[in-house]
Amino acid sequence: MSSRTFGSAIRRREDPRLLTGLGTYTDDLSLPNMAHAAMLRSPHAHATIVSLDTSKAAKAPGVLAVYTGKDTAPALKPMPCAWLLPNAGLNIAEYPLVALDTVRYVGDIVAVVVAQTPYQAYDALDLIEVKYKTLPAVVDPEKSAKGTGAPIHASVPGNQAFKWTVAGGDADAAFAAPGAVVVHDRIIQNRLIPTPMETRSALAQWTAATGELTLWNTTQNPHIVRFIGSLVMGVPEDKLRVVAPEVGGGFGAKIAQYPADFLTCFCAMKLNRPVKWTETRSENYIATTHGRDHVQDVALCGTKDGKITGVRGTVWAGMGAYLSTAAPGIPTILHGLMLCGPYLIDNVKEDVYGLYTNTTPVEAYRGAGRPEATYLLERLIDRFAHAIGKDPAEVRRINLIPKFDNGHNVATGLTYDSGNYHGALDKIMAHVDYAGLRKQQAEARAKGRYMGIGICTYVEVCGLGPSQVAGAIGFQGGLWESAIVRFHPSGKVNVFIGTKPHGQGEETTFAQIVSSELGVDVNDVKVMHGDTDKTPMGWGTYGSRTTAVGGAALAVALRKIKDKATALAAHLLEAPVEDMDYADGRFFVKGAPAKAKTIQDIALMANVAWNMPAGMEAGLEASSFYDPPNFVYPFGAHVAVVDVDPATGAIDLKRYACVDDCGPQINPMIVEGQVHGGVVQGLGQALWEEAIYADNGQLVTGTLMDYAIPRADVLPEIEVLSTVTPSPHHPLGVKGIGEAGTIVSTCTMYNAVVDALRPLGVDTVPMPMTPERVWRAVQTAKKGA
Amino acid sequence: MYAPSFDYHRASSVAEAQKLLAANPGAKLLAGGHSLLPVLKLRLAAPSALIDLGRIAELKGVSAANGGVRIGAMTTHAEIATSPVLAKSCGIVAEAAAQIGDMAVRNRGTIGGSVAHADPAADLPTVLVAVGATMEIAGAGGATRTVAAADFFQGMMTTALGDGEILTAVWVPALGAGTGAAYAKFAHPASRYAVIGAAASLTVKNGACERAIIIVGGVTATPTALPSVAAALTGSNLSAEAIAAAAGKAAGDLTGDLMGDVFASSEYRRHVTGAYVARAVAAAAARAR
Amino acid sequence: MAVPVSLTVNGQSQQRDVDPRLLLVHFLRDVLGLTGTKVACDTSQCGACTVLVDGIAAKSCTCLTAQVDGASITTIEGLAAPGTLHPIQEAFWNKHGLQCGFCTPGMVLATHELLRQNPNPTVEQIRHGLEGNLCRCTGYQNIVRSVQEAAKTMNGGAR
Repeated sequence: MSSRTFGSAIRRREDPRLLTGLGTYTDDLSLPNMAHAAMLRSPHAHATIVSLDTSKAAKAPGVLAVYTGKDTAPALKPMPCAWLLPNAGLNIAEYPLVALDTVRYVGDIVAVVVAQTPYQAYDALDLIEVKYKTLPAVVDPEKSAKGTGAPIHASVPGNQAFKWTVAGGDADAAFAAPGAVVVHDRIIQNRLIPTPMETRSALAQWTAATGELTLWNTTQNPHIVRFIGSLVMGVPEDKLRVVAPEVGGGFGAKIAQYPADFLTCFCAMKLNRPVKWTETRSENYIATTHGRDHVQDVALCGTKDGKITGVRGTVWAGMGAYLSTAAPGIPTILHGLMLCGPYLIDNVKEDVYGLYTNTTPVEAYRGAGRPEATYLLERLIDRFAHAIGKDPAEVRRINLIPKFDNGHNVATGLTYDSGNYHGALDKIMAHVDYAGLRKQQAEARAKGRYMGIGICTYVEVCGLGPSQVAGAIGFQGGLWESAIVRFHPSGKVNVFIGTKPHGQGEETTFAQIVSSELGVDVNDVKVMHGDTDKTPMGWGTYGSRTTAVGGAALAVALRKIKDKATALAAHLLEAPVEDMDYADGRFFVKGAPAKAKTIQDIALMANVAWNMPAGMEAGLEASSFYDPPNFVYPFGAHVAVVDVDPATGAIDLKRYACVDDCGPQINPMIVEGQVHGGVVQGLGQALWEEAIYADNGQLVTGTLMDYAIPRADVLPEIEVLSTVTPSPHHPLGVKGIGEAGTIVSTCTMYNAVVDALRPLGVDTVPMPMTPERVWRAVQTAKKGA
Repeated sequence: MYAPSFDYHRASSVAEAQKLLAANPGAKLLAGGHSLLPVLKLRLAAPSALIDLGRIAELKGVSAANGGVRIGAMTTHAEIATSPVLAKSCGIVAEAAAQIGDMAVRNRGTIGGSVAHADPAADLPTVLVAVGATMEIAGAGGATRTVAAADFFQGMMTTALGDGEILTAVWVPALGAGTGAAYAKFAHPASRYAVIGAAASLTVKNGACERAIIIVGGVTATPTALPSVAAALTGSNLSAEAIAAAAGKAAGDLTGDLMGDVFASSEYRRHVTGAYVARAVAAAAARAR
Repeated sequence: MAVPVSLTVNGQSQQRDVDPRLLLVHFLRDVLGLTGTKVACDTSQCGACTVLVDGIAAKSCTCLTAQVDGASITTIEGLAAPGTLHPIQEAFWNKHGLQCGFCTPGMVLATHELLRQNPNPTVEQIRHGLEGNLCRCTGYQNIVRSVQEAAKTMNGGAR
């Protein structure tokens, strides 16, 4: 196999084990003498615990122990919030692992049972007697701000977790300018349940003799679990090993730290035997973090000829009953700073209120803040286009930032790295024959058919990010990544990375980087990850950062290896280092490629160290801690074509096409797969998905019988195209692609549906755009007409 | 999820199943398990014992009988969906069975389990009422009786089955020349159960509709006839306009308590049922001609 | 009251006394240690637990072990000889039909069932046939391509 695999759609190295059932996920692990934990969770959204009697459960067959908050509180510190948003009046309510006297959402843990088998543990849960006195609940963030329900935390006046403002230019002046065309919108960013196919799980093993604890855990970031777990449990970091084996999808839901994981550790330590806990899906739906959940009042202003001059808004963001690990940064930093989108917009202002509600905590969900920004902007732009009588694509073209290769400052304070937004727009319009589609639409309308076209352009921020920025925005960690590259004497390579792939294929793409940089066959590279005892520190996979930051760390480590190999080759070939050349895994004196040392020769000679230059250490190994100088900014343009049946409200998605630019693609097959999955998750939000709470705080969509994630038979073929604009600061020029599809597909779908129904007078449909909601929008418009 | 404890008995005959039922108060019959086991796993029921009917040969299979087709209660949806006998005589039943759940669910779920569970959102009850099926029931004392499908479904999750009775078979008539039947479904995007299921059975003579039976499910607690739609179709030429006009009367026939939930309210179901009725009628008309 | 069961799993005979409520998926995972079969829902929606019972796909989370006494079960571990891949597995590999891999065992076995019922499916039939198997990563597109390729291979060449 050629070593020039950067850019090749090679098959994934991960797959043979996963295809044969030999991938080991957390719940697949068993240890001798292992017991099973189950969590008793509050059935009420808000209540005081009047009495709690575990005596019957404790005597049930197979039960080893029952623990309540009284047992856990002295041993475990409350769950910390790790994104301390500055200048926002952040008010962090205490988040105990087990509720003590008050439960604040359906799913709050009240007690833990450990038994010999999971069946016995679940039997015992039914025997725990709890008397609750229910309190009024609030589930809607805007209502929470207005004082509905009972105060959720005594220490939090008005349920307000924070108020954060982003401002650039002078938005008020722009809106007040004479002749300004102003469009308003009120947007409900529906609350979503991430639904990775693997539910969350923890397996803990305690070695009392040495005070060492091992936690196998479904996490996107095992090193953060160790860091925070050490703080919560008081186990020193050097004695706490966290292993993330195969992880069955995360989508943001496996970033946060969770009480149940540390409680599983607590049980193992108390009982001095291994304990495993695995969520059921119903439990996952109430206990694992949700995403989105904004109420937005937003407006855009511009000139009659299509120039956008300002964006302004107020957001009420639901945070759930407690602030989850990274929660405060998501509706603020990751949302508000992207309000300019890919456009020249000089004036922006948004106030974001974070509100506690009696619901499951809200965290990152694929896109995390950026979809909420892109969506509001793209919705407003379509309204604006309609108001001034211009084509939505044309309005975007007028306002897109012209091509730039190295830095563009926007009003929110960010510096985008590189972009060719018009290029993406041109490419998608040509691909779908946009003018032809509009003609088809006119013909369809003439025949009484409701065809709609949605077109959106976007830019997103990912590859999080410079650690100095992390500190400035209150993120309680670094955002660099690390890699160790180790050449064995035979020339085979192990790469150890701090971040944690869980489906994105970096065991393959990172091997491709090694192969391309140093001429090693990809099959001679094994990428190791997920075990804090065996990998260098790293901050994990989220914010489309593993290739954007971890890949850069690897590239830098490889270049160190290359420098050393060049020096050693020069020594062995008895030539000055300056005279050395390199091509495809071979080091040679310039002009004499026939007499070369291969990287494998060098690996052997470095490891045996028989003939090293003076002062050179033995071995061929390098490490890198790479802290990026900036974020990366992927972008693109998407188109959706729909037919809507106003009689039933059914939407038929006829076509979905996209152009995405994530810079040079290491493996186009994997990039395409990320786009497919991302687009479909965004379509899920637009069409089917919503965590619906009753006013009393019960989750109505509590199983996969009620919460609809996309299925194979409801989707068309997604047409995936790309352009390539390298990032000026990444060593390989690459940007992230994990979230891009999700960030833009929701609004593209939305705009298509509204476009279809415009002849009926419809100008909004709530998401998800279920048949009933579409039908109702049509009925309402008919009444108004 | 983990079901609560229960005993398990495997019956080898209907008579043995009845004995086991009598001997185990609080026991439930287990057919394919695709309605019952999810309920047990969510701990929404706690029977003392399950009596497994899965090995009773006499309850299985599809065969021509008495001018129609006899479907054993333990026949799977997959067998029904692919039965050549049914395809020939009463294809709508196969058509509906093919829309239940998914491939793997159809491989184990049974007609008997489905109709005895009587979920308002199930597909088969609607169709069985539309074709005039008859349910064969074995009584506790060894007696058997038959109940018309229209009388079998008595309410949400409620049937005419009495204590100790076991549904043994469903008999459906052959539709005969000139009669066509079809089922149109609006499936819930998550559960795939019917939000609205519409079945139409039409008899056409000399281009005109001689007889029309229109039954809807999902929208109502039990399969419900739409007499105004049927009346409007009867005597019509079943043109697109005639079908649309007749289907437009569906909402008017749906006057009682209707099913509704966060996905589809009763008001919505009432107003859009006609659209699915129109589809079923159009397909049935094409088959009848 | 334990129930004696005798099953063949991936060609090996297994006799056990099981709790009547023990689901087949738990028997496979927890009793036999065959953890390739996954659980991802409580309500028979997701298909991650799909296995073959006497060659026919079933959701092993909606099946008591006692119900399949006497049956021959094939799990993902037994679909192909160790160290080899079934053409369906090979096709999923070639077409990037998996990302996190959690739905994959069920998806592969559902594909086996789909092709058993219909060796030459259209794209629409593939999408419809896989409606009972949820995947959150791939958006299904490459799964559809995988099934198409598997169908071609298993039919001995191009259609």
